[in-house]
Amino acid sequence: MYEGAVQELIDELGRLPGIGPKSAQRIAFHILDADPADMKRLVDAVTNVKERVKFCSICGNVSEQDTCNICRDPRRDPTAICVVEESKDVIAIERTRSFRGRYHVLGGAINPIGGVGPEQLRIKELLNRLSDKQIEEIIIATDPNLEGEATATYLARMLKAIGIPVSRLASGLPVGGDLEYADEVTLGRAFEGRRILT
Amino acid sequence: MSNRSFASRTYRDQGVILRTHKLGEADRIITLLTKQHGQIRAVAKGVRRTSSKFGAVLEPFMVADLQLVSGRSLDIVTQAQMVGPYGRDIAADYTKYTSAAAICETAEKLTDADGESAGAQYGLVIGALSALSRSVHAPELILDSYLLRALATAGWAPSFDQCARCGEPGPHTAFNAPLGGAVCHDCRPPGSASPAPQTMQLLAALLSADWPAADASATGPRREAAGLVASYLQWHLERTLKSLKHVERV
Ligand SMILES: [Zn+2]
Ligand SMILES: [Zn+2]
Repeated sequence: MYEGAVQELIDELGRLPGIGPKSAQRIAFHILDADPADMKRLVDAVTNVKERVKFCSICGNVSEQDTCNICRDPRRDPTAICVVEESKDVIAIERTRSFRGRYHVLGGAINPIGGVGPEQLRIKELLNRLSDKQIEEIIIATDPNLEGEATATYLARMLKAIGIPVSRLASGLPVGGDLEYADEVTLGRAFEGRRILT
Repeated sequence: MSNRSFASRTYRDQGVILRTHKLGEADRIITLLTKQHGQIRAVAKGVRRTSSKFGAVLEPFMVADLQLVSGRSLDIVTQAQMVGPYGRDIAADYTKYTSAAAICETAEKLTDADGESAGAQYGLVIGALSALSRSVHAPELILDSYLLRALATAGWAPSFDQCARCGEPGPHTAFNAPLGGAVCHDCRPPGSASPAPQTMQLLAALLSADWPAADASATGPRREAAGLVASYLQWHLERTLKSLKHVERV
């Protein structure tokens, strides 16, 4: 254990995803040694993101305004919604330039052991968007791993009952992986070859 | 690092993946129940990347032949070969998915300290996941039968016939989880449940894996049995199962 402030910093860093106790210690000592101006920029970046960035009230993507750039853009196709787990998946799909519709960010995947059921995700918000009769296709682009597949299964069954055509990204994506790691070409192809589920 | 060599710390086993956690950029922590080494937590490096060879094998509800290297806190998976791809069919059916999650969470809790019955628990888990994936019986029956047999294997066998307190031969009309199942009129504490006779019969069938009787049961007793199994499970585990409330029942 270190004294007060240093240990507090190590504890806080250790709470971040993917940072173990050793990494937390290494980062804390890097911060101690670093130029104060550099660290001021880091502190400001954290403060700004917490003060300015919110979630789009329509799609749940990160946004600096009440609605995000994509939801506000009149050139986007209003008839198609692509459902993803996280905001970073929106970025990955945008890079492929294969999709011109709008998004819906669930905030994760259904994972009962982790305590995440359908009620913990933005599924009700998705249903609310469907009362808009313009929507002609829902594309499910959850991660190509088991939780993502199970979430797609749940959504497809629910949307089928409502009568909206649902498609899922074509296979060819690595099974077990995260969507964000798929390269642009593979992801773009998966989009173009998407198959209708219902 | 340990001064034992890499080779001497390497071991092989067959295991079922109970759950996974994301770790860092592209790794996962895998919680496994193995045939011979009990419950293990191991790191699977790079499995979330597109280039990973065994990402698909190290997914929940899959059974695999594994090679691991033991480490100080976590072991490391170095090879994985699919033996039972049960997760694929399970993820394609939401009711199966939620049932499988409750099975694996229970297995994790029952084997985290108890190494002794881990081999028997392993057999029960893969039997249940295989049955779920092949739709051998209704998912809720597979789940409840698994839960009762797993608890019995852990040393908490419930009684659905003779009185759990005094041994008076049944059938009895009251059920009390803290006392261990069916209780006679004299032993029955206030607040005991009064299940239908068909429910007691179904519970006995699920515990003894009498599938013809269980498969023939009606919806009412299935629902009532599920509630009693859940109360019995929570009583003995002394903690709440996160996945149980998400289980979809017909
Ligand atoms: Zn938006
Ligand atoms: Zn008695």
